[in-house]
Order: sequence, then C-alpha cells, then structure tokens
Amino acid sequence: MSEIDEIVGEFLVESYENLDRYDEDLLVLEKDPSDAGVLDSLFRTIHTVKGTSGFFGFGELESLTHVAENLLGLCRDGRAQVSREVASVLLATGDAVRAILTTIESTGEEGTPDNASLKAELERLYAVATGAAEASDTVADVEVANLADATADTAEAEEAKRLGEMLVEGGHASEDEVVIAAAEQALGDGRRIGEILAEDSGIDEDVVESTARDQGRSSGRGLADTSIRVDVGLLDELMNLVGELVLARNQIVQLVTQDQESEFAGASQRLNLITTELQEGVMKTRMQPIGNVWNKLPRVVRDLSLACGKQVELEMIGQDTELDKTIIEAIKDPLTHLVRNAVDHGIEDPDVRTAAGKAEIGKLRLRAYHEGGQVNIEIADDGAGIDAERVKAKAIANGVITADQASRMPDREAWNLIFAAGFSTAEAVTNVSGRGVGMDVVRTNIERIGGTVDVHTEIGAGTTFKVKIPLTLAIVPALVVSSAGDRYAIPQLSLLELVRLEGEAARSGIELVHGAPVHRRRGQLLPIVDLSSELATGGPSLHEREVISIVVLHADGHQFGLVVDEIHDTQEIVVKPLGSHLKEASLFAGATIMGDGRVSLILDVVGIAQRARVLNEGRERAALGEQEERLAAAAAAERATLLLVEVGDDRRAAIALSDVERLEEFAASDLEWSGSQEVVQYRDDILPLLRLGDALGVGGFAQPDASLNVVVHTIEGRMVGIVVGRILDIVDQEIRFDGGSGHGPLLGSAIVQERVTDVVDVNALVAANDPSRFAAGAF
Amino acid sequence: MSSPSQFCTFTLADLLFGIEVDRVQEVIRSLELTSVPLANEVVEGLINLRGQIVTAFDLRRRLDLPPREDGQRPMNIVVRTGDGELSLLVDEIGDVVDVDESTFESAPETLEGTARELIRGAYKLDGRLLLVLDTERAVSLPVAV
Repeated sequence: MSEIDEIVGEFLVESYENLDRYDEDLLVLEKDPSDAGVLDSLFRTIHTVKGTSGFFGFGELESLTHVAENLLGLCRDGRAQVSREVASVLLATGDAVRAILTTIESTGEEGTPDNASLKAELERLYAVATGAAEASDTVADVEVANLADATADTAEAEEAKRLGEMLVEGGHASEDEVVIAAAEQALGDGRRIGEILAEDSGIDEDVVESTARDQGRSSGRGLADTSIRVDVGLLDELMNLVGELVLARNQIVQLVTQDQESEFAGASQRLNLITTELQEGVMKTRMQPIGNVWNKLPRVVRDLSLACGKQVELEMIGQDTELDKTIIEAIKDPLTHLVRNAVDHGIEDPDVRTAAGKAEIGKLRLRAYHEGGQVNIEIADDGAGIDAERVKAKAIANGVITADQASRMPDREAWNLIFAAGFSTAEAVTNVSGRGVGMDVVRTNIERIGGTVDVHTEIGAGTTFKVKIPLTLAIVPALVVSSAGDRYAIPQLSLLELVRLEGEAARSGIELVHGAPVHRRRGQLLPIVDLSSELATGGPSLHEREVISIVVLHADGHQFGLVVDEIHDTQEIVVKPLGSHLKEASLFAGATIMGDGRVSLILDVVGIAQRARVLNEGRERAALGEQEERLAAAAAAERATLLLVEVGDDRRAAIALSDVERLEEFAASDLEWSGSQEVVQYRDDILPLLRLGDALGVGGFAQPDASLNVVVHTIEGRMVGIVVGRILDIVDQEIRFDGGSGHGPLLGSAIVQERVTDVVDVNALVAANDPSRFAAGAF
Repeated sequence: MSSPSQFCTFTLADLLFGIEVDRVQEVIRSLELTSVPLANEVVEGLINLRGQIVTAFDLRRRLDLPPREDGQRPMNIVVRTGDGELSLLVDEIGDVVDVDESTFESAPETLEGTARELIRGAYKLDGRLLLVLDTERAVSLPVAV
C-alpha cells in the first residue's frame, strides 16, 4: 500500500514540476509559435501525465489530457497555430490537471471534477484546426490523432528503452530469452536482467555491458545523474545538526584559547574551519533561485493584463539570485500581489499611454540582486506613478492621518501611506475605486520575515517597489540581554539603539505621563516598557534601579524602549521553534541554544509592544497569532489570507484573497439585465453578477436602493462579480475546517475571529451557478 | 516492538506510575531548565535535548500533587507525542516491568478530579499498585490555567 503511495507521490511531484514548466513553455510559445523544442516539451508533459494517470486508473485525468494531447499533437506537427485562444485553453487545461493532482494528493482519489466544458473546448479547437488543415476529410483527423499518439510513444520508448528490447533489436538475444529472463526476475531472481541473460542464455557479457552503456547514454539523463531529490525535512534536520556543531565548536574554541601551544589547539582550529565550511555548504543546499517563484508571474501578468485590457511586457533580471527555501515560500504571495498591483493600478490603459506619449505596451521589470547580505527585489513599472496629494487626501478621508500631518508630510512619506493599515482596509477599498486590496498585508508579510518594502515613484514615469529581505531565517544576529536572571535574545532587525542611564540620569530620565513611563530621547518622548514586569518575573521596579539599560526597538513603525537588567553582546543565533504547548506565549518568537548549552527565549518585539499597548490592536491582532512561528516557518497547516464578508443576516463568509481580483462598489441603479442574468457595466465590459447570499441559500440584501459590494474574480480570463454583504476585514490565518467540508460552493467552515465562517470555493461557486455562461462562454 | 504490557515505571509523591515502554524515547537525569514566563503553570521550562528544544511538563503539577521538596532534582522522561517530543518531570525512575494483563483494573469510580482523567487504571503488583498514566491526555495542557 505504502509503496503505491510512494509511486503516486513521485508522479505528483514530477507532474507539478512539469506543469510549472508547461505554463512557462506556453507563454514562450504564444510569442514565438514556431519553437519546435518547446512544443515537444509541452507535448511530453501532457503525454506523460496521460500515460501515468492511465496506469494508476485516474480516468478523468487521462481523458482530459488525452484531448489536450490531440490538440498539442496538431500544433507540434505544424497543423495548428498556438494562438492566444489555444494558449488560453491549454493554460486552463494545465490548471484543471493541477486541480485534479491536488485532489489526488489530499484524498488519494481524483474526485469528480467537471471538466466537460473544457474538454469540449479542446475538442472544438481540435476540430477547427483539423477542419482548416484537412478540409472535410474526417479520416485524416483520426489518422492525425493516431499519428500523434504513435510518435509520442516512440519518443517515450526511445527515452527509456529497456535493456532486453535493445538486445533483441541488436540481434544478440531472442525475444523468448528476454521474456524468460524477465519472468525469472519476477519470480524473485535478484539478478539484473543483463546478468540473467549473460549467465543463463550465454549471451556475451561484453555485448550486454556495452548495450547497457548505450541505454544509459540514450536515456540522456546527464543532469539527473548529477542531482538527486532530497527531502526538505532531512535538510532541515541537517541544518539543525550543523547549528549544534557550530555551538559545540564555539565552546571548544573558547576552551582552547587558554592553551595556545598544544596539538589540541591545532586540531580545534581545523575543526573550526571545517565547521564553517560545512555550515556554508548546508546553507547552500537550502538555497533556491528566486526564479522558482518568478516563473509563475508571466502567467499572472498575462491573465491579468488580458482581463484589464492592457498590454504589459514583463522583464525579469537576476532569476538565479538565491534565497533560503523558507523565504522563497514566504515572499511568494507578497511578490505576486505587488506584481498584480503594478499591472492593475500602475500601468495605464493603452489609450491613456498613447495620449501621454508613451509606448502602448507597458513595461514591468523585476530585478533581484544580492547586496550587503540581503536580497533586493525591485518591481518597477513605467505607469502613471503615485500622486502624493491624492494619497494624502485619501489617507485623511480614511482617518489614517490628520490634515495637519498631511500638510507637513514630505512626498516620500506620503507614498508609504499606501502600506498603512486602515488606508486600504476593505472598507476603504470599496469606497475608493482604483486601489487594490491589502498593501498593508504585503508589508506585514514581508516584515514578518525580517524584510522591508519601500516605494519610490515619479508622476508619469512609473513606480518602483523595493523589497529587501534577509538571505536566511535559520540563523539571525541577535542582541542578548538578561532580565530577572534569564537571558533573552532580541533579533537585531528590530534594534535601533541602546541607552544607558546612570545615577542622577536614572532617577530623572524616566518621567511619567499619566502613569505611563516615558523617556525623553532627543526631544521626543519614547514610551518605556519594563521587560521584567511584562513577563511578570519580578525584579526591581523602574524607580528602584540604579542603572537603567534601555534597548530602543521598533515594531511596525512604532518605537519604544525596553528596560532590561543587563545588555550582553550580539551573537548569531540559530532559531528554533517552540513546541505547540507554548503557542499562547505570544511574547516569544522561538528559542535558541546559547554557547553554554542553555536554552534562551527569543523575544517577539511586536508581541511585546502589543502586550504593553505600545501598538494599538488592529491589524496587528491578525499577525499576532502566528508571531511565535514566524521564524520557524514550519508551514504544516494550511494558511491563507482571507477576505471576510457578511452574507445575509449576520452570517459570515470568507473568500481566499488570491481569488479576489478587485473589490468594487456599484450603485443599485447600475444594475442591468442581460437575459435572466444580472449584470453591471464594468471597464467597458459586461460583468455578470452572482449573489453569494442566494448561492449559499441565505438570501439577504433586501434594500433595493443600497449599493452593492462586489468581489471581482477572474476565471479563465473573464471576470465575474460576486455580490456580498458588508466587507468586514482581511485576515491572515490558519484554516482548520470544522465539519461540513467540501459541499457545494463551500470549501468548509472554519473559525475566523471567533466566529464560524463559511469558506467559499469561488471556482465551484461560479461553476455551480452557470458554467456555460461563465466558463466556456469565455471563448 | 515491545509488547504493550511492558511499562516504564516512575514515582511521584510515593505513588508508582507506569507509561507504556514504546511511548518512551529516553530517560535522562536532571537537565538545566529555562523557564517560560507567562506560560501555563504545568510548563516547567525548556530543556536542550542534544540541540533540540523540548518543553518539560511538571507531572506533579499536572496531576495536582503537592510540589517537589526543595533540593529534589527531577528526572526527565522524554515521550513521543503527536507533535514532537515532550519531557515529563518525575521524582524517580523505576524499572521496566512486565505486567500480567489479568491483574489490570480500571480506575475506581471514587477517583476524582485530574487523577480520574489521567489515570487509566492500575495493575495489582505484589504489594503495590502500578497506576497507568494516560500519556495522550497527560501531554495535553489542562483547559483552565
């Protein structure tokens, strides 16, 4: 049983990888339809999936890939062009295959996906292509399909031809001999087929050997020979062990410093060097090129620009810049969001561009490079830029800043307002058209991994987002402090400066504002937090201290001073996750082992700021729940960013933010009808509307004159509007489904913000409500 | 695999307890503990188990037994749980004993409170009762702090 699982697992991993390339290949092909190598690769991907799924008995997958293969076969033989239409359908096929694979991965079955319309579309395109090429000769159609099959089979057979077959073809063995040898193997003969043939059937050993060599050559797996697949868990374990080795090494080196002359000193020095190299080597194994994330982006840009009616050229520089695997995972969503944002809001419509004297095709440039132990990623568009005055006006309207603050605010600060919590909260987005969802979520996610994001813009010339992230999360520099006899580590990233107040300064340096301690620092009041009282570990109160050591920290744009007993030195620490029993201890981001072997806790600066009420509750609350895991990055459970909406009477539903293209608000008077379908005019197009309340059977929105909140979702390049009630919030959290999962348009129910919330499967919702109009009607 | 009727025994406040041998990863003498402020009171601290950070539970507190006397250094029984290793702090470690299934009796009705939840029953050994700890429950935190 488990062996089968393993084979299916391999099939899944391989297919996912191939499908990623499949998307890229298709986009290349769309630009240059004549690239035969790429066509071959596409064909092979689909063919392999088809063959293997047939073997495992995944009928739906097999039949879907079969029709796709037929169409691809035509393209490969030069009898059909990969037009935009064909590419769209083939991309959708890739998505459908991926969806089935995901189902297989989680349930072991392929489920009952409905791909009838997609298959019909593939068949239609196939018919159109053959019709054009072959006039009305239907027999030829069949032959073409068979031909495609046949050539594919030979291609595959060439690749992995079995040794026995090769010997038969070479005239060295008879077919019977091979069959008998294979049967012996099946009966438990442990020898390899070549050995059996050589020993039992008297075939020349040299011939067998040279054929085996040929076989190795013809399978052409040069790259496969030099690389192997390694389980990430194993790498993590290695990383852990190396971290331990580094600590042990530190201890030994310390012992040896008193004794410079001995042989032991020499040996320990070698140990020192080797450990450092080993550490670097293991770190490298976890590094992956950023291209692994980027390769999804051309597809995103293509689909989105098609949906917006824009033309965007994506340029990527520095794909091979390497990053730790956990970081790669963590930046995937923020990066995608920034790219979508640039296409949606940054780059103007073609006619606007032409009017402004710019090229019709917008440019979006991604660039990654290493600098000072960090990785920089730039997302630059040549669009309209961000108007500081407009941003300020919007921020004032949303209560993010006051008019007075705005008048004194330099442009650079104003641009950064777009990241402010509350600036683009759901409420604001629906009211203010022209702004996407959740730039604050982007910033939170990037800061969570110790990165920063900055924006620079020039009106009319474009906007550049600059993301800086650390190379790795596993080892971070930290300041070691002690409080009430225990040592704590504070990640250096949050550290601003250290202040020491002695004698008279200690007595007068801390003042009280209505009971809350503050310190005057260069004329500004710095809120003071006493670590030992926050941790309830006891110790002298602030005014009893002779010496006050303040660690000045920043968390989410706020600064505060943390009073500790003693400040030690800075160290590189290996971050380890805390056990699940300490989940509620939100003041700690993890733990580490110090040079002397004792465990120290790593302080979570944001958590402390919140506990001490330096930070308001608000968006931070959503982030708080996962602070303790942020560095550990063990993404075991399913995490998602969800848009919370109200449906019907006080019922809540959640939609994955990745399914949300935009949020819009329409006046009820904008509603029009197309046949029996409610529609609105949107971006010079007709946007069909689906009422979520009706689909979930809860009704709602009785007020005829109220405005409509609409979540715009894109499916296969076409937009659908989902009418929801109030938009409540955006949360980032683990989803645990509690019963009722997977029925109809619901993925299940989860507890979000202490309320039972239905999580909506948008694709299923759309499909269930009118697949013909929404899906296949797109073509 | 060891048979289910083998138990690793230990004492807590003069009571003899047992955990199925195959749940126990290892037994180690007292290790230095780092306390975790604001955590559940059952969490005694964190230990460094060969580079792995493991949470240690005070089993006396978990079972509502009186605290250990000053100067008495607890032993660690590291058990495997659903999410990683966990160390249970106990007074002393005893032998691994083979028990006769026929001597098992489930917990008496009169048992109250935490003990009732965490003790599955007892084996009647010669002259002594071996209380069987429900490891799965013992390693989860009590709901109220």
